[in-house]
Amino acid sequence: MAEPRRVLVLVKYVPDAAGERSFADADSTTVRTTEGLLSELDEYAVEEALSLAESGGWEVTVATMGPEQAGAAIRKALQMGADAGIHISDEALHGTDALGTSAVLAAAVRKFSDEGGCDLLLCGMASTDAGMSVIPAMLAERLGLPQVSFASQLSVEGDTVRIRRDSETATETIESRLPAVVSVTDQINEPRYPSFKGIMAAKKKPVTTWSLADLGIEPAEVGLAASWSPVTEVSKRPPRGQGTIITDDGEGGVALAEFLAAEKFI
Amino acid sequence: MSFALSEEHEAFRAVVREFAEAEIAPHAARWDREHHFPVEVVARMGELGLFGLTAPERFGGSGGDLASLCVAIEEIGRVDQSMGITLEAAVGLGINPILRFGTEAQQQRWLPDLVAGRALAGFGLTEPEAGSDAGATRTRAVLEADEWVIDGAKQFITNSGSAITSCVTITARTGELPDASPEISAIIVPSGTPGFTVEPAYDKLGWHASDTHPLTFAGARVPVGNLLGERGKGFSQFLATLDDGRIAIAALAVGAIAACLEMSVRYAGERVAFGVPIGTKQGVAFQVADLHVMLESSRLLTYRAAWLRDSGRPRAEVKQAAAVAKLHATTCAVSATRVATQVFGGYGFIEDYPVARFYRDAKILEIGEGTSEVQRVLIARGLGLPVE
Ligand SMILES: Cc1cc2nc3c(=O)[nH]c(=O)nc-3n(C[C@H](O)[C@H](O)[C@H](O)COP(=O)(O)OP(=O)(O)OC[C@H]3O[C@@H](n4cnc5c(N)ncnc54)[C@H](O)[C@@H]3O)c2cc1C
Repeated sequence: MAEPRRVLVLVKYVPDAAGERSFADADSTTVRTTEGLLSELDEYAVEEALSLAESGGWEVTVATMGPEQAGAAIRKALQMGADAGIHISDEALHGTDALGTSAVLAAAVRKFSDEGGCDLLLCGMASTDAGMSVIPAMLAERLGLPQVSFASQLSVEGDTVRIRRDSETATETIESRLPAVVSVTDQINEPRYPSFKGIMAAKKKPVTTWSLADLGIEPAEVGLAASWSPVTEVSKRPPRGQGTIITDDGEGGVALAEFLAAEKFI
Repeated sequence: MSFALSEEHEAFRAVVREFAEAEIAPHAARWDREHHFPVEVVARMGELGLFGLTAPERFGGSGGDLASLCVAIEEIGRVDQSMGITLEAAVGLGINPILRFGTEAQQQRWLPDLVAGRALAGFGLTEPEAGSDAGATRTRAVLEADEWVIDGAKQFITNSGSAITSCVTITARTGELPDASPEISAIIVPSGTPGFTVEPAYDKLGWHASDTHPLTFAGARVPVGNLLGERGKGFSQFLATLDDGRIAIAALAVGAIAACLEMSVRYAGERVAFGVPIGTKQGVAFQVADLHVMLESSRLLTYRAAWLRDSGRPRAEVKQAAAVAKLHATTCAVSATRVATQVFGGYGFIEDYPVARFYRDAKILEIGEGTSEVQRVLIARGLGLPVE
């Protein structure tokens, strides 16, 4: 049997939108929560990798960069069926911005590739917390790989990946040679729930932890202090106002139109 | 000493809860109102592996334990008792007898589809004249050449008439023992067998989205090889089947109690009367506190019984624990739904809130798979009392 090809899925551990949230620092938008989870949008990337694996000949590894709790995101992916996990974790990473994150992930991909090859990189289309959608592009740039974003369908034939991208005006079919960085949308599949068998099996799957030293990155290059886009101020959204009640005494329609015009709705 | 489920069981609970809240909870009221059995959701539950929790991997199962099945039944039952009993009966009554007593050929034929949730099986024990007195079976099976010819009727059989029901295992008299008592055997009857009629579904008080039918057999013929396990072992087979089933029913009751507690805590904190939330009043708060005691005690008894079973304790010990758990948890479930309805006041009596549905659904828990009286008989016998 031929060696399986290797797909690396980059996933993020994000705050549970249903949980209590607060900002971790006064000068970053890093959100601290009691509960976190594998970003829902990354589940689509994991699912896509798993269905590739089910078609035969692929091995699925998931990687995340994040604090100790972020291991939960890897565990979820392993429970869904991924084969192995890589957890990039280091005290110095706290507060790292997107540029820094892409540098760390690029180093991790190189290390992963050096150790056994990397044929495809999959990402979600955005994180559900920061929602910037920039990591796939930055990563591709740093690695000198083709980048194909927002795939709503994906197939691999030989050394070619073909994706479909749906936009409002057109549907594009794009081909790229492998390896490539592909980000997938929430239209591409229906992520599976982990089964009990998957949960039990995940216990025995390997998870490797890499520190910045393992990746050859200086702590000073990352973290809050090295951030290119420092946050100058963070404030909570003001509580919702009372609302305006217009009593219709015959002129209600006019008053309503004036209100909407004043608020620039019309 | 530990009273905790494993980390994996808890992770599994989170998954089943997420599934139940996304795929079942939003539709449960409508299925109930329309008496609709959602076959497509059974298929989704199959994909999640719920029907195969206790089945070995070679049939597509996950080789898990009874505790994992209890977790799944509890979580599904927490949002919808109808789908909870569908799962409980599918595994406890449909799959288990074939898994425990079936021949290799029977297992190969029936289990893969049942385990995947592509098919359901029923277990026909109860008859119009044989309920608690399950040994009073009148249905007969006579061996003619290489076929069993079956005549009789079964009553209240769960999962027996759905669009995907593949077979029903029934108990029947297959002869007479030397002491003139009937020889009872279990036989697998495939759906669609000529002479085997699934009568129209019952109009039930609760469990509206669960599939329950009377069955009639008029000269229904099945191959001799459909005998489940050994001839004459039908009675002991179903007794063994019911021990596990009782623990699973207790888990379904725990789900109902958990739902009642959550709904009541929320409502008592929000509903204002006399200018304060009703939970301010001890008359309400104490009732809700009692719900918590019901939940904790029922859950402990249920998972302890499952643990005894999973750790291979002697049958008598498991049997006793199962009866205790079933009796206590189902009694508490009926009380809990009554309390929750009371906390909700008039709104608890209106079908816009799930409380009313749980209230209707709970009562059967004290009846199915052995009534509370039968559990007390079993417990008293287990204590060595000469109760008849
Ligand atoms: C919705 C539903 C689904 C069901 N699903 C199935 C199924 O899938 N398969 C199946 O085989 N059966 C099924 N049943 C049948 C169920 O298990 C029986 O209804 C139950 O065992 C009671 O039997 P019975 O109805 O004949 O009541 P009876 O046995 O007539 O009992 C009537 C009353 O007498 C009491 N009683 C009877 N004997 C004694 C005694 N010795 N001491 C003290 N009290 C006693 C009972 O506790 C009860 O209160 C189902 C029933 C329902 C309603």
